[in-house]
Amino acid sequence: MAQSGAPGLEPIRSIGPIGRIGQMGRRGGLAPYIFLAPTLVLMLVFIFYPMLRVFYYSLRTDDLTQPYLNGFIGLKNFVTILTKDPLFWSSLSITGRWVVSEVVLQLCLGLGLALILNRAFKFRGLYRAVVFAPWAVSGVLITAIWSLLLNPFSGPVDDLLKKLGLIHASIGFTSDPKTVFWSVVVAELWRGIPFFTIMLLAALQSIPGEFYESARVDGAGRWRMFVSMTLPQLKDAIVLSTLLRAVWEFNNVDMIYTMTDGGPANLTTTLPVYIMNEAVNAQNFGYGSALTIIGFFILMLFALIYLKLSRFGEGEL
Amino acid sequence: MSGKMDRMLTLYLPLALYTGFTLFPFYWATNISLEKNGGLGLSGVHYLPTPFTLENFVQAWNGMGFYIYFRNSFLVAIVSMLFTVVFAVLTGYALSRYKFRGKTTFMLLLLSTQFIPGVMLLIPLFTIFQGMGLINNLFSLIIVNTIFQLPFTAIMMRGFISQIPFDLEESAMVDGCSRLKSMRLVLLPVLIPGIIAIAAFAFIGSWNQFEFALMFISKQNLFTVPIGLQYALGEFNINYGTLAAGSIIALIPVVLIFAYVQKYLVQGLSAGAVKG
Repeated sequence: MAQSGAPGLEPIRSIGPIGRIGQMGRRGGLAPYIFLAPTLVLMLVFIFYPMLRVFYYSLRTDDLTQPYLNGFIGLKNFVTILTKDPLFWSSLSITGRWVVSEVVLQLCLGLGLALILNRAFKFRGLYRAVVFAPWAVSGVLITAIWSLLLNPFSGPVDDLLKKLGLIHASIGFTSDPKTVFWSVVVAELWRGIPFFTIMLLAALQSIPGEFYESARVDGAGRWRMFVSMTLPQLKDAIVLSTLLRAVWEFNNVDMIYTMTDGGPANLTTTLPVYIMNEAVNAQNFGYGSALTIIGFFILMLFALIYLKLSRFGEGEL
Repeated sequence: MSGKMDRMLTLYLPLALYTGFTLFPFYWATNISLEKNGGLGLSGVHYLPTPFTLENFVQAWNGMGFYIYFRNSFLVAIVSMLFTVVFAVLTGYALSRYKFRGKTTFMLLLLSTQFIPGVMLLIPLFTIFQGMGLINNLFSLIIVNTIFQLPFTAIMMRGFISQIPFDLEESAMVDGCSRLKSMRLVLLPVLIPGIIAIAAFAFIGSWNQFEFALMFISKQNLFTVPIGLQYALGEFNINYGTLAAGSIIALIPVVLIFAYVQKYLVQGLSAGAVKG
């Protein structure tokens, strides 16, 4: 695994050529439906039916703390959210800032790392295993580990910054309004970069080596080769991974919720954190559901526009 | 610029910086977990665990109840993983080996689940499980983990199976094997790397699940590791030593699994997502 040409992609290819027969398949009467049935039933019962229920709840007051008020109220939740809820609007702009910061930084650093890991050097397999590891770490665990790193009393970040003379007084990274947003961003970067690296490395490895030969003979510089040859080849992988990641970071809730719970002063309350607080703490299911519906449509709209604008998949036709 | 210098600046230096960024948090959690009182009350910040102790681990495991959380998480993750693997293989097989009506719609349905926010299902699933009497029951978490891991692993599985030629199974069937028997005897053995990949994927995802566990589980003897950690984080007198030890305990299974399967995972992600 450690030093071969394209580790990771080889084993499955060596099983056999990508068989046309496999993809062509055959008609099998009821058989495929029986194979699919468990998955389909689970998805219908536990994903699509609950989504319908969210729509239903969003038209109601459903407050576990004030059950005597429960009942149908039409679009009132939506009107309240859009006209009388400053926290909704601030959570929306914080979500936007969060998604853009995370996706842009993760893409740039992840792409850089993928380009490095695509080159040949000793112990590459080992490096790859190490730098991918944070990808498998849960949000709560990131909070636990980063609260050890960032705490102003025994944390090394504060200590090292002081020793380097960059700061003089201790900083409460996750409690100070000036530093909280970027502290959370950096902690999430630690976990998020490997995703891009994995996706882009897989795409890089599928570019045949001969592809670059002619350019190299022409004496094209490294930067020009990257911009005019590598990037276009990576386009679909970049579009898909940024989209998946944007959706994922939009929905990301476990780390922010445990690290700051949206604070201080709601400065890190993204829309999902707001929803989470409505559901878990306030137990206001009607209002929380209406917030959820709005978030869902924003996400769908974003995904459609993004795919349209980026002309995803057109290169293949 | 000489080749060696160039390699140093564009390869080894960024690689070293990034490896440092990745490893430092792991190193620090280990350091604090082995230091008496997690370093609090000592003068200055210690970069090696002095005074060295294993007390934090004993305290986290027994005192804070991580042995219970660990057992619960393990149970939930293993059962969720088994369900996910069985259903994903069946689904992947149907999508890769058959033509049938509604195939495209079903694929779109699978893909569309990737865009549904998890928090969106928090409220309705809570009321559904409440109706089923599954609140404060680990089975609710098993169901949730299975439905969240299933779509993506099924898409990955379809990719894996499509890469295996159908000839072998076909000739086995000509020789009188039933379809199920040919699947078991011919396909499954070559599918092992793919199964390992999705099993690891499902295990790690289930092990890490947080929001639903927080919403569904309020009894401490049913806490999973993420909820136990969140509980420890929320304590007024937070003890960084035991928190670090708890973190290391939570990390061990995922890191071991990840180290073992990371190469399969990379090919699985690319088979499922890029080519899917």
